[in-house]
Amino acid sequence: MSTLVSLRDVTRDYALNGDAVHAVRGVSLDIAEGDYAAIVGPSGCGKSTLLHLIGAIDQPSAGSVTIGGERVDALNDRELTRLRLRRVGFVFQRFYLMPMLSARENVELPMAEAGVPKAERRKRASELLGYVELSHRERHRPTQLSGGEQQRVAIARALANRPGLLLADEPTGELDARTGAEIVALFERLNADGTTIVVVTHDEGLGRAARRMIHMKDGRVVGEE
Amino acid sequence: MRVALATASLRRHQSRTLLAIVGVAIAAAMLLDMVMLSTGLRESFRQLLVSRNFQMRLAPRGTLPFDTEATIGGAGEINKLLRTNPDIEEVSPVLGSSVHAMLLDRAVTAFALGVFPAVQGDYRIMDGLDLRDASDVVANADFLDAIGARLGDTISFATGYDPQLRTSQRTRRLIVTGRARFLYLSTGQPAVALPLAALQGMNGALRRDPVSLFMVRLRAGASADTVGKWVTRNVRTVNAISTEKALATVDERLSYFRQIAYILGAVSLALGFLLVTTLVTVSVNERIGEIAVMRAIGVSRWHVVQQILLEGIAITLTGAFLGLALGLVTARFLNSILSAFPGLPNAIDFFLFQPRAAWTSLGLLAGCGIAAGIYPAWRASSRPIALTLREEAVA
Repeated sequence: MSTLVSLRDVTRDYALNGDAVHAVRGVSLDIAEGDYAAIVGPSGCGKSTLLHLIGAIDQPSAGSVTIGGERVDALNDRELTRLRLRRVGFVFQRFYLMPMLSARENVELPMAEAGVPKAERRKRASELLGYVELSHRERHRPTQLSGGEQQRVAIARALANRPGLLLADEPTGELDARTGAEIVALFERLNADGTTIVVVTHDEGLGRAARRMIHMKDGRVVGEE
Repeated sequence: MRVALATASLRRHQSRTLLAIVGVAIAAAMLLDMVMLSTGLRESFRQLLVSRNFQMRLAPRGTLPFDTEATIGGAGEINKLLRTNPDIEEVSPVLGSSVHAMLLDRAVTAFALGVFPAVQGDYRIMDGLDLRDASDVVANADFLDAIGARLGDTISFATGYDPQLRTSQRTRRLIVTGRARFLYLSTGQPAVALPLAALQGMNGALRRDPVSLFMVRLRAGASADTVGKWVTRNVRTVNAISTEKALATVDERLSYFRQIAYILGAVSLALGFLLVTTLVTVSVNERIGEIAVMRAIGVSRWHVVQQILLEGIAITLTGAFLGLALGLVTARFLNSILSAFPGLPNAIDFFLFQPRAAWTSLGLLAGCGIAAGIYPAWRASSRPIALTLREEAVA
């Protein structure tokens, strides 16, 4: 399978309260198309920062990140935005749905941004909500949904523009064990259907479900299973 | 989608949005009133001057019309001379003086205008008939109320009246033929009009033939400047004051008044600006995480800015439209207070509604709404996404 994401000697430093933080130190990593990788490690080891770099919402201090053959550091803000819109889907621990929009409107949001006609995006949003088994919740607002349902809406939103890469940052972190297991199953189904997934997690179940488990410590990749 | 998002954001905190709209409405009302005030008095005065289509006034040299008690002698001769100018279409001589209505138990003082009824431009007949001969008089409602008279009554008028001795120099009995509204006189001032010769006769000045001013109507296309120069060259005892010149004088006299209106208008605009900026900033700060997520999922910076700007504009425009209605109501109320100012013609409006004033206020506020949203919107959309998400996660 061809490489979808490639990181070479990536370093990410930033200042926090006047101190330099070395969040990621010299990481090199390849994610192939169809991969399902879990990045695991203790809190503060740089997992989320690495995920942000893979998703082009952060830029490395040194090294290079290539997504689908495009060097992220060579892209301007508009090109990066377009890259995230078309090729990357994000799922966050706290769901981050727009509270004033319904479930379907939340899923429609990235498609509206991509200029998909209204009728078409409505149809696809309904299909995606069906895929995550939330057809009956289309018109509900996030506050009317359970945590698991909100996360499934967030996954549907992440899939809206048919991205090749789905990135998830602690997607089961806010959920109970049973609901978390539902999300794990959903990720497995998505990967089986061809979506490349990179997930950052403390959840052993989610980590074990991945085909690759990348261990991080102190900003470095220290092992892979 | 951006409009839906902006609307939904505003509806999320309804009471806050409502308070902001009310605040902008008050600022808009003040702004409209100040714009109306800064131009209204002048425009109202201009409309008054041109209302009867006289473009020029001739006052005794060195004075403004009715500024002093000075008069111009030999009015008949001057009238004849003026009519020889082909640019002059009509001349209306006016004499102003005081007369006293002599009642059984008291005398009521009124301002009297001596006019040529056929060409006069000082009053409009509201009821009854205009002056037809030397024994007729028309009066305003204030005068009729003050003496308890009705149309058709015969009133004894006197000049040179001494209230201590209750004596007068001349008296004349006149029949009230009409009720009139005097255009240039102040509210509540009892006033009458009678034929010019009759008033001159009552003042014992028939031989001198005095008038207080001439109102001059020019032919279409005639230059007021050229006619004015011709008049001052040929009639040494008068000042020729064109409407433009009169307005320039008014402008000069009202400059402080106008400056105050501009300053207060600017203050209201600044208040509206600060209000919208504060609200948008607070709203954006609350949603900084949401905005970072929108950016992360591929919403462009410009679209984020647009959405936030739309929120500011929606608040501003809703407030502005409400403010226009509020401004008109308050302007009417304030006008009723200020119009009672002594010595002002009752036709003068301090707050004159002009569509241009409304559009100016609306335009200024819309600009303000856009400007108010730009900084917080750009700041929010430019924050580093990863850093913001990290801070949100920690929070």
